[in-house]
Amino acid sequence: MNIMLLSSEIAVICLALLIITLDLLLPRFETRRSLGYLAVTGLSGVLAYTFTLTGGPATVYNGLFIMDSFALIFKQMFLIATLLTMLFSTDYVENLEGYRGEFYALLLFALAGMMIMVSATDLLTIFVGLELMTVTFYILVGFQFNSIKSSEAGMKYLILGSAASAVLLYGMSWVYGYTGSVKLAQIAYHADVSPAMLIGLGFIIAGLFFKIAVIPFHMWAPDIYEGAPTPIAGMLSVGSKAASLAVMLRILFVAFIALQTYWMAIVSIVATITMIVGTIVAIWQTNIKRMVAYSSIAQAGYMLLGVMATDVNGIKSIIFYSVLYIFAIVGAFSVVVAVRRNRGTNEIKDFSGLAQQSPLLAAVMTVALLSMAGIPPMAGFVGKMYIFTAVIDNGYIGLGLLGFIMSMISVYYYLIVVKVMYMNEPQDQKPFLISEPLRIAAIISLLATLWIGIYPGPLADLATTAARSLFIL
Amino acid sequence: MENFPLLTAIMLTPIIGALLLISLPQEAEKSIKMVSALTMLVALAFVTYAYCAYDFSIGGMQFVENRPWIKDVGVSYALGVDGISLPMLLLTMLIGFSAVFASWNINKRPKEFFVLLLILLAGVAGTFITQDLFVFLFFYEMVVIPIYIMVIIWGSTKRVTKEYSGMKLTIYLLLGSAFMLVGVITLYLNSYPEGMRTFNMAALAQAHEFGHLSENFQIFAFFLLLIGFGSLLSMWPFHSWSPDGYAGAPTAVSMIHAGVLKKIGGYGLIRVGLMILPMGAKFWAPVIALLAVANVLYAGFIALSQKDLKYVIGYSSVSHMGYVLIGFAALNGTGINGAIGNMFAHGIMSALFFAMIGYVYEKTHTRHIPDLGGLAHQMPRVATGFMLAGMASLGLPGLIGFIPEFTIFVGSFREYPVYALLAIAGIIFTALYVLRILANVLFGPRRAEFDGCADASGAELVPLVVLGSILVGFGLFPQILMGMVNSGVEPMLPILAKLHAAPAFLGGLFQ
Repeated sequence: MNIMLLSSEIAVICLALLIITLDLLLPRFETRRSLGYLAVTGLSGVLAYTFTLTGGPATVYNGLFIMDSFALIFKQMFLIATLLTMLFSTDYVENLEGYRGEFYALLLFALAGMMIMVSATDLLTIFVGLELMTVTFYILVGFQFNSIKSSEAGMKYLILGSAASAVLLYGMSWVYGYTGSVKLAQIAYHADVSPAMLIGLGFIIAGLFFKIAVIPFHMWAPDIYEGAPTPIAGMLSVGSKAASLAVMLRILFVAFIALQTYWMAIVSIVATITMIVGTIVAIWQTNIKRMVAYSSIAQAGYMLLGVMATDVNGIKSIIFYSVLYIFAIVGAFSVVVAVRRNRGTNEIKDFSGLAQQSPLLAAVMTVALLSMAGIPPMAGFVGKMYIFTAVIDNGYIGLGLLGFIMSMISVYYYLIVVKVMYMNEPQDQKPFLISEPLRIAAIISLLATLWIGIYPGPLADLATTAARSLFIL
Repeated sequence: MENFPLLTAIMLTPIIGALLLISLPQEAEKSIKMVSALTMLVALAFVTYAYCAYDFSIGGMQFVENRPWIKDVGVSYALGVDGISLPMLLLTMLIGFSAVFASWNINKRPKEFFVLLLILLAGVAGTFITQDLFVFLFFYEMVVIPIYIMVIIWGSTKRVTKEYSGMKLTIYLLLGSAFMLVGVITLYLNSYPEGMRTFNMAALAQAHEFGHLSENFQIFAFFLLLIGFGSLLSMWPFHSWSPDGYAGAPTAVSMIHAGVLKKIGGYGLIRVGLMILPMGAKFWAPVIALLAVANVLYAGFIALSQKDLKYVIGYSSVSHMGYVLIGFAALNGTGINGAIGNMFAHGIMSALFFAMIGYVYEKTHTRHIPDLGGLAHQMPRVATGFMLAGMASLGLPGLIGFIPEFTIFVGSFREYPVYALLAIAGIIFTALYVLRILANVLFGPRRAEFDGCADASGAELVPLVVLGSILVGFGLFPQILMGMVNSGVEPMLPILAKLHAAPAFLGGLFQ
C-alpha cells in the first residue's frame, strides 16, 4: 500500500486544518489576509510537488484510489484554479462580516473533494468526494450572511443539490444491485444491456449533469451564480464542472463502455440543447454573473460534445478545454470582483469606461470573454478547434457546425460587455482601486490564455497523455 | 541576408510597434503617431524589398520559413510568398502606411487607436504570408475584434449607429467563418489518413492528386468555404454587412477593410478553394458566375441611389467584387490573373476613395451628397484624389483599374459570354454613380459655407501621394503588377487545363 499516492490530498487537508487552527489563535482585529497568503503559499507548494509526480498508474486502498495521468492533470487544474481564486478573493474576504478564516479552509476542503473525485475508481469513493465538494459549496454559496440573495442561493443549492445527490446515489444502488460491485472495472465486467443497468446509468448521468449544469438540469445555476460570493461562483463554474465531467468520463468510458450507444444518444441530445439554449438565453442577461452563468452552461455543452468523439482526441480536447476555461473564468471573475468593489454592483452597464480607468482589467476581461467565445489568439480558439475536429472526425459534421455557429453567436453577448467597457465613458472619475493579489491573478490568467492560444503544443501533449491513461485501464 | 526571416519580420514589425506604443504615455500624441508611421514605413520597406527581390525566373514560394508548431495536429509555422500573395502583402502595407496618415487627426484616445491599427495590420499581413491553413484561420479571426473595437469607439453614427454597424460587421463575418472553419476541418480530416494529417497548404493541394478527396467531398467542402470566403468577399447575397460596416467605421478601418481584408476572401477562394479543391471549384463556378453578375448589377444599381458618400463607395466595392468573382469563376489563367490584379487595383482605389471621403467629412462634417458641392474650389488636392480614385474605379485606361478589368472580361467571355456581357454592362452603372458623385461633390459653383474648409496638407497628403502614385504608376506600367501575378498563376495552369477538359456538372444548368 502506497500512501504516498495520497500525499497531495493529505497536504491540502492538513493545510485546511492548519488554517482553522491559526484562525482561532489570531487576534480578532487581524483581517485574515495572512491566512489567505498562507493558503496560497501552501497550495503553490503542493502544486509544485504534483509536477514531480508521475501518472503511474498506481493504485492504493485495494484499487479504490488511482493515480494516473488523467487524475493528475485534473488535480493540477483544481490546484491552479483554487490558488488563483484565493489570490483574487483576498479583498473580498476582507470585507466579509466574519468567519473569514473559514472561507479559506472551506475552499480547501472543496478542493480536497475534487481531488479525491478524479482519482476515485469506485462509485462510493466518487460519491464521498463529490459530497465533500458539494457540502462545502452549500456553505460557501450562502456565505454572505447579511445578503438575502446569497442565503437564498445557498438554500436553493442545498435543496436542489441534495436532490441531485439522491438521484445519483439511487442510480448507483441500481448498478450495485445488478452487478454486485461498486468498482468501475468490475461493473464493466458485468455490465450488459438490461433495464436495471439502463435505469442506473440514466440516474447516474442525470445526477452528474446537474453538477455540470447542462440543460435541462441547469435551473439552479443562474440564480446561484448571481447570489453566491463571486469567487465561489467562479469555483463552482470551474471546479464543480470539471470535477464532475472528469468523473463522468471515467464512469462512462470505464464502467459503462458496453452501453456506449445508449449514453451517446443521451449526451448528443443534451449537448445540442445545452449549446443552443445556453447561448441564446445568455443574450438577454443584464447581470454579468448571470450572463457568465448561462455562457458557462453553453461552455459545458461544448465540453460535453467532446464526449461524442469517444476516443483519445475527444477526451484530450475536453481536458485541454477545461484548462483554458479555468484561466478564462479566473480572468473574468477577478474583474467582476474588482468592479464590484469599486462600483458596488454586478450589472453589465456598470462596467462602463473600464478601459479608460483600468486598461489592464478591461484587457483581461476582453481576453477572458473572447477566449470563451473561441477567438484567436486566445486559447479558446485552439480548444474549440480540438473539440470540433475530434467530433467531426467521428462523423458528426452537423454537431461541429452547430458548435461553431453557436460560439460565433456567443461573440455577440461577449462583445456587448466589451462595448460597454471600451466605448462608454466612465461613470465617475474616482480612482479605480485594484489590490496587488487581484492584479497578479488577472495577469496570470491573461498571460496563460494568450500563451496557450499561441503555443498550445506542450499543454496538448500533456492532455494527450492524460487522455490515453483513461483507456489503459 | 540569406537567413534573415524576412516574412516573420514583416509580420512582427507592426506587433513590435504596438508594444512600443503601449509603453508610451497616453498624452504623447505626437510621438505615438510618429512611432506608428515609422513602424509602417519599416514594414513597407521590407515588403517592397521582398517584392523587388522575388525571383520571377524561379517562381513558386520564396522567402520560405518552416517550423513545426502544434505537432499533434500537424500545424506548422510555414511562411512563404508567391506571385499571388506578394501583391496582396504589398497592398496591405501600402494601405496600412496610408491609413496611419489618414488617421493623423485622431485625437480621441490615440494610443489605443494606433495599437489596435497595428495589431490589425499584423493580422492581415499574417493571412497572406502563411502557408498553413490553421495559421491562416488564426490570423483571419484575430483581426475581427480590433476592428469591432475601432468601429465602436472611433466610428461615426450617421444613417446607422456605430454600435449597430460594428456588431453587424463582426457577427456576419464570424458566422461566415463558422462555415469556413468546418470546411477547413473536414478538409483536414479527409485529405490524409490519421497520423499523416497536416494543415500545410502545399501538402493539402496534393491530396486530390492522390485521390484522397472524392469529387462529392470536394463539392461539399467547397460549398462550406464558399459561404465563408464569399461572405468575406461580400458575395451577393452575403454582402449586406459591407456598406453598413464601412459607413460606421472610421476612415482607417474602412480603408483597410475595403482595401485588403475583403481580398482575403478572394485570396482564400483561389489559394484554398481552387488549389486544394479543384473539382469543387469546377462544380460551383457557374453558381459563382451568376452571383457575380448579381453583385455587379445589383450593388451597382443600389449605389446609384445612395445619398451618403460612404454608402456609394461601400456598394461600389461590393459591385467591384463581382468582377473578381466572375474572373475566378472563369477558371482559366486569364480570368484568375485578372481577378487577382483587380483585387489589388480595387484595394488601392477604394482605400484612396475612403481616405478622401474621410477628409471631406472631417472638414465639412457631412457625407450627404446633396449638401456638398463645388469642393474643388476649396480643396483642389482632395478633389484630385477623388478624381483619380473615381476614374480608376470606372476603368479609365492608363490608371490601375483598366488592365485587370479588361483581363477579367477577356477571361470570362470565353466561358460565360452572357454573364460577361452583363458584367461589362455594369460598367455603365459604375460610370453613372462615380461621375454623379464627382460632379455633385467636387464641381459646380463655389459654395460659401465651405470657404472655411482647408485643403489637405502636411501629413494628410501622404495617402494621396502614395496611393495616387501607385494608381498612376501601376496603370502606366501594368507589367509590374501583372507580371508578378502571372508568375503566381502559372503553376495553376495544369490544374486549370485538366479542369477544362473535365465534363461540366452544374454548368449545363446555368448557362
